Amino acid sequence: MSALSVRHLTVEFATRAGAARAVNDVSFDLEPGERLGLVGESGSGKTTTALSLLRLIRPPGRLVAGEILIAGQDIAAAGPEALRRMRAARIALVPQGAMNALNPVLTCAAQFEDLFAAHNAQGGRARIAALLTSVGLDPAVADRYPHQLSGGMKQRVCIALAIALRPAVIVADEPTSALDVIVQKQVLKTLIAVQRDLGAAVVLVGHDMGLMAQFAHRIGVMYAGRLVELGPVREIFADPRHPYTRMLIDSLPGFCERGVFKGIPGLPPSLLSPPPGCPFAPRCPRAEPRCAVEVPETRVLGPGHEVRCHVA
Amino acid sequence: MSLELRDVGVTFGGGLFAGPRKQAVRGVKLRLPSDAPHILAIVGESGSGKTTLTRLLLGLLRPTTGQMLWQGRDIWGLDRASWTAYRRAVQAIFQDPFGAYNPVYRVDRMLILPALNFGLAKTADEAHPLAEAALAAVGLRPAETLGRFPHQLSGGQRQRLMVARAMMLKPQVLVADEPVSMVDASLRATILESLSRLRTETGMSLVYVTHDLATAYQIADTIMVMRNGEVVEEGDVVSVIRAPAHAYTSELVAALPPPDPTIDWGLETSP
Repeated sequence: MSALSVRHLTVEFATRAGAARAVNDVSFDLEPGERLGLVGESGSGKTTTALSLLRLIRPPGRLVAGEILIAGQDIAAAGPEALRRMRAARIALVPQGAMNALNPVLTCAAQFEDLFAAHNAQGGRARIAALLTSVGLDPAVADRYPHQLSGGMKQRVCIALAIALRPAVIVADEPTSALDVIVQKQVLKTLIAVQRDLGAAVVLVGHDMGLMAQFAHRIGVMYAGRLVELGPVREIFADPRHPYTRMLIDSLPGFCERGVFKGIPGLPPSLLSPPPGCPFAPRCPRAEPRCAVEVPETRVLGPGHEVRCHVA
Repeated sequence: MSLELRDVGVTFGGGLFAGPRKQAVRGVKLRLPSDAPHILAIVGESGSGKTTLTRLLLGLLRPTTGQMLWQGRDIWGLDRASWTAYRRAVQAIFQDPFGAYNPVYRVDRMLILPALNFGLAKTADEAHPLAEAALAAVGLRPAETLGRFPHQLSGGQRQRLMVARAMMLKPQVLVADEPVSMVDASLRATILESLSRLRTETGMSLVYVTHDLATAYQIADTIMVMRNGEVVEEGDVVSVIRAPAHAYTSELVAALPPPDPTIDWGLETSP
């Protein structure tokens, strides 16, 4: 059975000018141990998708439709108590800003104990020490306060907290964006090591395609709230089918040619008044007349590879 | 135009209440040539002294030892008129887009006020088209940006606004401290292209502080690699990145993920 199965997930934010559909009919499955990279520009809905998986969307945001199945149980339909039990135990979050994610007035050990107490789980010094060791930290970190730790250490504590209850799914929202490049690699190695050990599936949100190329098994590309392409990482990089995916990959700076900038011209559409056809059509170099009027349906191109595009 | 740091050192603390002494920068020599526009990248980890260097170049911090020279004169001995000219010629993009704005003013003010003060426009109405053109160049919709307060914009949007402001003013030197760190990769390319176009079009020099070696490689002429307040390696950007002489530079190059899943970067090996 899939570790995570998302069906027709749709999230809207109520604004004065009407409902902005931040996530629009997103579906995907994740197998145990699989790592999915969700990429896209700011405002593409990648973070909103990731947070909705834990039902962490607050008003004015609202999950308006869809199912989020974890081991057969729908977190989208769960009541408050069931939801509380599922979070951290079944699906856990490694937050974006590890800098502010920990409680500044509690030692690390106290934050672990809080988590264990809330889930009636077996805690204790030995268990905390083992968790800290598994993320490459000295067990003595348990008695430290967050301000005594570096950014990379705090992010590792967050990873240790996320895996403490052995969840089936780990959602990581740009976990390394605030870290130095050298520390970033160490933190990602840590995340992969613990994830493999648990056999957990991972959803990693980010906009660094280079990092995704190295981290993910599969890549999901989001644009204006829609999952426009989903496929195995090697296929995505070797033969991107959606024009947007190709432009994202081409915009990466490398160490070869200098002074060649391949930004994506134009702006993403407003989510309040999206264009009637494909949301990418106004910026797309390969757009055809029907792209402007007809929303492309999801087409399956091969095993695990699908795209929402008329010309792909 | 020339900007020069001559054997500069900066020490923080050491006073009765100021905590232990900390040498943030020591023995740094930096020179932007005066004959041609130049792009210098400064790279290094947090705490390496990159931001301290930008504060020296901007005249926000007085060096403890050594000198900061503008057109051959120590900026800390400039008369009022020269000081104003210097502040006009050398502009900044600050690292923290959350701390760089006054939260009680609409963001328009940050574009309109310098346009008036530096004589680009006589009235606010005249300044508006300038502001709108600058916003469009960094991928912001003027209608959705002007009239907003800073807290209504994301980190990336605020960074782009800072870039727009600098572009509008067309300074002789732009000191940009991580100007695109919160901006998406696809947009980053567009903004860096605009900055490098300013060099050819207006003869602007750029000091680009970053920890992203790939973008440094893309736009810079020369590069300085800093660690613990010292310059460990410097030179032509292509030769430094292709053939690093210092172990730390090699480490920085290796920390950049290859954007190709068929190349093994070693993430799967135990940390």
